[in-house]
Amino acid sequence: MPIRKPSDIPSSEITTKSDYMDRRKFMAAAAAVGVAALGADRLENIASPREAVHATEKLATVPSKYSTTGVTPTSFEDITTYNNFYEFGTGKADPSRNAWRLKTSPWSVKVEGEVKSKKEFDIDALMKMHPLEERVYRHRCVEAWSMVIPWIGYSFSEFIKQCEPLSSARYVQFISLENMKEEPWIASVNLDWPYSEGLRMDEAMNPLTLFTFGLYGQTLPNQDGAPVRIVLPWKYGFKSAKSLVKIRFVKRQPRTTWNESAPNEYGFYSNVNPNVDHPRWSQKYERVIGAPFWKARQPTLMFNGYGDQVASMYTGMNLRKNF
Amino acid sequence: MSRRLLVALKFVVFPACMVPLGVLVYQGFTNTLGPDPVATITHATGFWTLYFLLISLAITPVRRLSSRLVWLIRFRRMLGLFAFFYATLHLTTYVWLFSGFDAHEMAHDIGKRPFITMGMLGYACLFALAATSTAWSIRKLGGRRWTMLHRLAYVAAAAGVIHYWWIVKTGVRTPWKVTVVLAVLLLARAVWSAKETLRKRKVAVAA
Repeated sequence: MPIRKPSDIPSSEITTKSDYMDRRKFMAAAAAVGVAALGADRLENIASPREAVHATEKLATVPSKYSTTGVTPTSFEDITTYNNFYEFGTGKADPSRNAWRLKTSPWSVKVEGEVKSKKEFDIDALMKMHPLEERVYRHRCVEAWSMVIPWIGYSFSEFIKQCEPLSSARYVQFISLENMKEEPWIASVNLDWPYSEGLRMDEAMNPLTLFTFGLYGQTLPNQDGAPVRIVLPWKYGFKSAKSLVKIRFVKRQPRTTWNESAPNEYGFYSNVNPNVDHPRWSQKYERVIGAPFWKARQPTLMFNGYGDQVASMYTGMNLRKNF
Repeated sequence: MSRRLLVALKFVVFPACMVPLGVLVYQGFTNTLGPDPVATITHATGFWTLYFLLISLAITPVRRLSSRLVWLIRFRRMLGLFAFFYATLHLTTYVWLFSGFDAHEMAHDIGKRPFITMGMLGYACLFALAATSTAWSIRKLGGRRWTMLHRLAYVAAAAGVIHYWWIVKTGVRTPWKVTVVLAVLLLARAVWSAKETLRKRKVAVAA
């Protein structure tokens, strides 16, 4: 069907705003029914109007040996209303209000660079590539706050196998969606878009590196980086790029957005490290999101507590220099 | 404006200035300070310090617009003291909630982090202003010296705005609004004093 000019479209064919909103309400209601099994407290969050616009699907998961134990997950409400996602505004609550504009279907992820051949994966294919695991991870933001999030996904190394990288591939670059129509806030933020992040190949291969599709038993809400993102629990949150559209295997260290913007504040590695301060604040402590204000302060752990799994990748490296 | 009306108005303005604190206390009790309550408290007290500083700095230029607005000056001290009050709360969040009363950590911060140094400079100015805000201080210092000292209000406001710019991330431009307001207020003073100089010269020539 040819794409017609707007004036050619009879007004009878245009969905009215109220119909569109009704449709959304219907979908939200359907989603709410679908997740009723998740528990009453969570249902209340999903049914509240703020979340209702981000209709999500329930996901089946298997347990994971990489899941963090002995921690209490942050509430769904906080995880979905306190976000840094500058494509949808710089305020913490902006993404939850604005990310409904993000169209996550159809969605595909392109794979390029030092690979046997270029590939493109549909989101459905990605989600079926490997059994989805529930992994509870600590999440530490460079701004000195932290959460505990029950993510859903599988080790990124499983995906790398499907990409068939060449031996010349030494780094992986993650590129997020840049779409002025869905993310008009991009224009008001002085960063070099699209958002780009990167890892050394061994970091990308580490089993903790999670190719992530959901949280709290359901697909990712838009504001949390739908439909697919990367999660790196031992690094500051900004390393975990959201809404990925392209993954490149490259020879040299790729450009990374925050590092480019302020290289003295955000290093390429950005491993969680209480001994290396951000130039503007200490990283020794973090504010636990959802905790009462008089007991929100808790000490930050080296590698965010994942040293056993990741420290060996950095032996012999000066972590003060390579922050 | 009659004295009685002025007193009545003060009884309205004073509680109005307490509203931002009231909102925080209410949110604290109803557990609605948001996911990051420490940040909510810090931001609210910081913003209201800046707002009260700017409002108190706006009094002089505004009252110069008309001789009927002279009574506004009677509110300047109260508003300035509220700026100091919210700055004190702001500093308390830093000392308590951010630093856990760790003096060593704070000493390290003040020396090392420019935005904290700037914030402390602003607070030191406000402290000096608050400490000399009584009629007794004016008498003791003498009007001229007191006026000179109270020009620190400009330094405090400028330090506050710079403090704000230095804490936001590169690429974020949210402090531009308070910056423009402060610039306009400072400019209004410059324009007025230039006009005043000109007027005095004319008077001198005419004489």
